[in-house]
Amino acid sequence: MTLTRQEMAARVARDIAPGSYVNLGIGLPTLVGNHLPAGSGITLHTENGMLGMGPAAVGDEVDPELINAGKVPVTDLPGAAYFHQADSFAMMRGGHIDVCVLGAFQVSVHGDLANWSTGAPNAIPAVGGAMDLAVGARDTWVMMTLLAKDGTPKLVEECTLPLTGLGCVSRVYSDLAVIDVGPHGARLLETFGTMASQVEDLLGLALTTPAGLPQP
Amino acid sequence: MTRTRFVDTAVEALGVVPDGATVMIGGFGPAGQPVELVAALLAQGATDLVVVSNNAGNGEDALAHLIALGRVRRIMCSFPRQADSWHFDAAYRAGRIELELVPQGNLAERIRAAGAGLGGFFTPTGYGTPLAEGKETRVIGGVPMVLETPIHADVALIKAHRADRAGNLTYRRTARNFGPVMAAAARRTVVQVAEVVPAGGIDPETVVTPGIYVDSVVRLDSATTIAGTKGAVS
Repeated sequence: MTLTRQEMAARVARDIAPGSYVNLGIGLPTLVGNHLPAGSGITLHTENGMLGMGPAAVGDEVDPELINAGKVPVTDLPGAAYFHQADSFAMMRGGHIDVCVLGAFQVSVHGDLANWSTGAPNAIPAVGGAMDLAVGARDTWVMMTLLAKDGTPKLVEECTLPLTGLGCVSRVYSDLAVIDVGPHGARLLETFGTMASQVEDLLGLALTTPAGLPQP
Repeated sequence: MTRTRFVDTAVEALGVVPDGATVMIGGFGPAGQPVELVAALLAQGATDLVVVSNNAGNGEDALAHLIALGRVRRIMCSFPRQADSWHFDAAYRAGRIELELVPQGNLAERIRAAGAGLGGFFTPTGYGTPLAEGKETRVIGGVPMVLETPIHADVALIKAHRADRAGNLTYRRTARNFGPVMAAAARRTVVQVAEVVPAGGIDPETVVTPGIYVDSVVRLDSATTIAGTKGAVS
């Protein structure tokens, strides 16, 4: 079976080492927070200025001055720290965050990322922290459906949409497969409810495929 | 720097902002927005402004109105597009406002650089993307980097939580965001706070923005400062 959004989130969570400092992007990656095991010692960073972010705030916990990067009210956990924007992005850019999980419109087999602009001519642009996050963390992972709603592949040879960063993504977690990307191209690590050759056919790409994955 | 002035109203704190001024506005989403100070700027009448802010106004807030009235010539921000940014969207589509889109970390660091007296910095952020087009680049330590220059302002409008009579500030939670870097980057820094305490009322070890950066302070019972914080505000 292909993975649901929550199953994708659980799959990503499984690969985050205990004790890591992690930034989860807006949208799909936010779901990863629901699947981090208790006692894993994983600390969440939110780029608007906080380490030790807790779950979404409910009821009396809601405080307009305690929000995440998606502007959703959240909570702080014991041991949390607040800091200003320049410190927050220095922490990110300086390589202190272990893992950043981002959504994407397109990822290239070399790890280029396009996730801030659809390139539509009359669109109002917005970039937020996407470019800083993409290049800052030790590992930048993308979490996305492998195909767009119209069936177009989102893992591509070369991105055609405006770039967020060059060669910054190391791994793609999707509903159909987990795929490493980088200087040596794309390498299939795991498939869900599908065979390696089917993933290649859907993407129109040749992937390095280790022995042991379901073959036709 | 002169000593921090304490006044009774947002209008007095704001003082005179000349036409053509560059104005920094703190805040990220609802957190840390100096709502009353921006409302005072709207009432004061300055036009042809350059605004530096993470967002470009929400709904019918004062920044959105400044934009709708055509009083903002140019805005530097990271995330203008919001579900409720209709005044910015209309002005942008009509070509009535100039936008410099700046990645959020670059925005913060460029503001910080101004306050720190730096001529700029090289950063990996944005390299190879449309937002770095035309900028000087250099490979440093094997990493391609883009030269980014400081952003100065004539006036910064920020919201902090507490000020002591020496002008030292502390903030609350994620409302800190751009406040400390903007306070240092502007020729004149205007601050609204929820609470003013005597000098010494803030432990020097916990001061976030030292008073040297702060020109005027007004205490306001801002609804957004207090809402939902029962028990959290000591």
